[in-house]
Amino acid sequence: MELTRRKILALGSGTLAFASLTGLPAFASLTDEAIAALTGGAEIGEGAITLTAPEIAENGNTVPIGVSAPGATQITLYADGNPVPSVATFNFGPLSASRSASTRIRLAKTQNVVAVAKMEDGSYQMAKTEVKVTIGGCGG
Amino acid sequence: MASGVKPRVKVPKKAAAGETITIKTLISHKMESGQRKDSDGNIIPRSIINRFTADFNGQNVIDVTLEPAISTNPFFEFEAVVPETGEFTFTWYDDDGDVYTESKEITVS
Repeated sequence: MELTRRKILALGSGTLAFASLTGLPAFASLTDEAIAALTGGAEIGEGAITLTAPEIAENGNTVPIGVSAPGATQITLYADGNPVPSVATFNFGPLSASRSASTRIRLAKTQNVVAVAKMEDGSYQMAKTEVKVTIGGCGG
Repeated sequence: MASGVKPRVKVPKKAAAGETITIKTLISHKMESGQRKDSDGNIIPRSIINRFTADFNGQNVIDVTLEPAISTNPFFEFEAVVPETGEFTFTWYDDDGDVYTESKEITVS
């Protein structure tokens, strides 16, 4: 392919448009900030927490989500593509059995759902999964 | 808000001591997220249930903080340990200050 000035310009504007269309970085950083505020910048491990979510959610208004982290005292859910990334925080009391919970959440669009668990020893565990949303929730 | 709010809870009636039981709760509530607009383009103010707790004989099982991303008619499923015969108390806290409660007894043999 012969690279003319016109083609280079076209290429450049194409990538720019793509970057502005996705718009994910802004929201993702919001979630990152929220997680950093929660953990105080502590290192986050992976593996001791299970996040159950559908691969494809046809209706973003009610997406079933389940979390489970044996030994956790608290699990916080985030959705990084929602206008507000925080979803819910589960605090487990002394009579809680499996440190697991399920609920239904709203997802504005296809995005990552993130769960961060605070363990009994004070460490943190994280799980992340992408949910494809056909019709977004949150109205608008 | 506060019209037509009805909590529903599913708890087994009997269990063995120390057994793990599954509890399902659902409360009818429109959970207005504060993100939607009405037909005139004005933002509909947020009106959600912001906290849900489940206790057994005064001891906490789960305490959930809800954000607007929780679906209409908030649903929760979780597991509890039942050491003795007693009563579960479920409490939902509405943005408008209303508190809804529901109790279920369980017999432990």
